[in-house]
Amino acid sequence: MPALGASMEQGTLIEWLRHPGDVLRRGDIVAVVDTEKGAIEIEVFEDGVLDAIRIQPGETVPVGAVLATIRGDGGAAATAPPAAPPAAPPAVQSSGAAARPAAASVTPPASPAARKLARERGVDLTRVQGTGPRGAITRDDVERAAGAAPAAAPVAGAADTAGRMRQAIAAAMARSKREIPHFYLAATIDMHQALTWLSAENGRRGVIDRLLPAALLIKAVARALEDVPELNGFWENGASRPGPGIHPGVAVSLRGGGLVAPAIHDANRKDLSGVMTALRDVVSRARDGKLRGSEVSDPTITITNLGEQGVEIGYGIIYPPQVALVSFGRIADRPLVVNGAVEVRPSLTATVSADHRAVDGHRAGLFLAAVDRHLQQPEAL
Amino acid sequence: MTDAELRELVVRTLTRIAPEAAGEPLDPAVSLRDQLDLDSMDALNFVIGLHETLGVDIPETDYVRLATLNDIVAYLAARRASKSEQP
Repeated sequence: MPALGASMEQGTLIEWLRHPGDVLRRGDIVAVVDTEKGAIEIEVFEDGVLDAIRIQPGETVPVGAVLATIRGDGGAAATAPPAAPPAAPPAVQSSGAAARPAAASVTPPASPAARKLARERGVDLTRVQGTGPRGAITRDDVERAAGAAPAAAPVAGAADTAGRMRQAIAAAMARSKREIPHFYLAATIDMHQALTWLSAENGRRGVIDRLLPAALLIKAVARALEDVPELNGFWENGASRPGPGIHPGVAVSLRGGGLVAPAIHDANRKDLSGVMTALRDVVSRARDGKLRGSEVSDPTITITNLGEQGVEIGYGIIYPPQVALVSFGRIADRPLVVNGAVEVRPSLTATVSADHRAVDGHRAGLFLAAVDRHLQQPEAL
Repeated sequence: MTDAELRELVVRTLTRIAPEAAGEPLDPAVSLRDQLDLDSMDALNFVIGLHETLGVDIPETDYVRLATLNDIVAYLAARRASKSEQP
C-alpha cells in the first residue's frame, strides 16, 4: 500500500484490475485503492508477472503492506516481506470483477470513482453500459445501473470522501505549521515579455495546442530548480533529501471542495507544449477522480496559482515532507519602473514558502530571481 | 441551427467541464466564470469543446467577447453566419 499523502496511514483496496499470471509492464495500472484523496489508480514500477495477490477487495491495510507480489524475469518474486494473511474475510466483498477468476472476461474501463461507487452499491461493472470516453463507465452509469438502490447512499459516500479529504488536508497542514519553520520571500515579476511572446505563439497555434500562462510559470519554476536544487526535495529524518527529479505538484481545486496537487513529472525536461499537455491531463483527471498513485505521491515541490481568483500575493503552507511551495498571484497591469521610466506593465507577485531547516533565505532569493530570469526569456523555456 | 439549438449545444459543452451547469438554470446575462467558478483551464477546454463540436476556431483575442451565455450564442451565430456567406 503506497503512501499517497503526508498523513496517509492506511488505504482500502477497491479492486484488482489484473489477475495472477498477467504479464505486467512498468506503468501498468493494476489496482484501485480508496484513500483520503479519493480513489487512486495504482501502477507497477517493474516489468514482470503478477504472482500472488495478498490483499482482497474491501480490506483496509496500513501503508507499506504488501498488496501483491510480482515475479521478475528471473522467476523470483519481487516483493517486500509478505503481509500477514487477512485475519477475517473482507469486510465488503464486491460482486464485481476482482472476485472473478483469471479466466473471466476483461474488466471494462471505468474511472476509479466509478469503481469505488460500484463496490459500494454492489454493482457488477461487466453488466454496465459505459457512456464515457471510449465507452468508459462513469459514476452516472453506475448510478443508473444501481437502479432502485437507496438514493442517499452515493450522497453519503461523496460527503464521506470530501470529509476525509478535509481531514487529510487538516492533518498535513497542521503538521506543516507545527514542524516546519517557514519563511516567506516575495518578488514582483514583469510579465510583459512572457505574455507578449505567449500571445504571438498562441496566434500561431490551433485552439487545441494553445498554451496558458500557467505552463510558462511551471516551466520557469522547473528551470529555476535546476539552478537552485535545494528547494526541490524533502526534509525527512532530520536531513535534506534531494528530489529524484523535478516533479512540481500543481494545486488543483476540486469542484466538490478540497484540492489535490498531482505531479507533472520531469517538468524541466518537457518543452512548453509537453508541460501544457501534462497540465491539461492531470487537471482533467484530478477533477474526474482518475489520478494515479505516482502523480499523488511524487511531487517534489508544490505550485499554487490563485491569481485567477484575484489574489495578489499567496503565502502558502508547505506540504510535508517537501521543503518549498511557490505561489503566483494575479497577473495585472501595474506601474513598473522600466529603464528609468514608469510604464504600465503586466506583472505578478511570486512568493516562495521555504523550510528554513533545509534552505536559507539567500538560496531561496536566488531561486525567485531565477524564476524571474527564465520568464524574461520565454522563447528559451 | 437556431439560436435555441446553439444555446443548448453551448450548455451541453459547458456541462462536460462544469457538471453543475446541468443543474440550476444559468442566468444568460451573467458572467459564466462567476456563475460556475471557471478557471482558465476550464475556459480553454470550453473553447476546445466548441471547436470540436462546431468547427469554430475562436482566436484568443476574442475570448473577452465570450463572458456570458448570451455573448457566446451571439458570437457563435455571427461566426457561423459569416462563414456561410463566404463563397
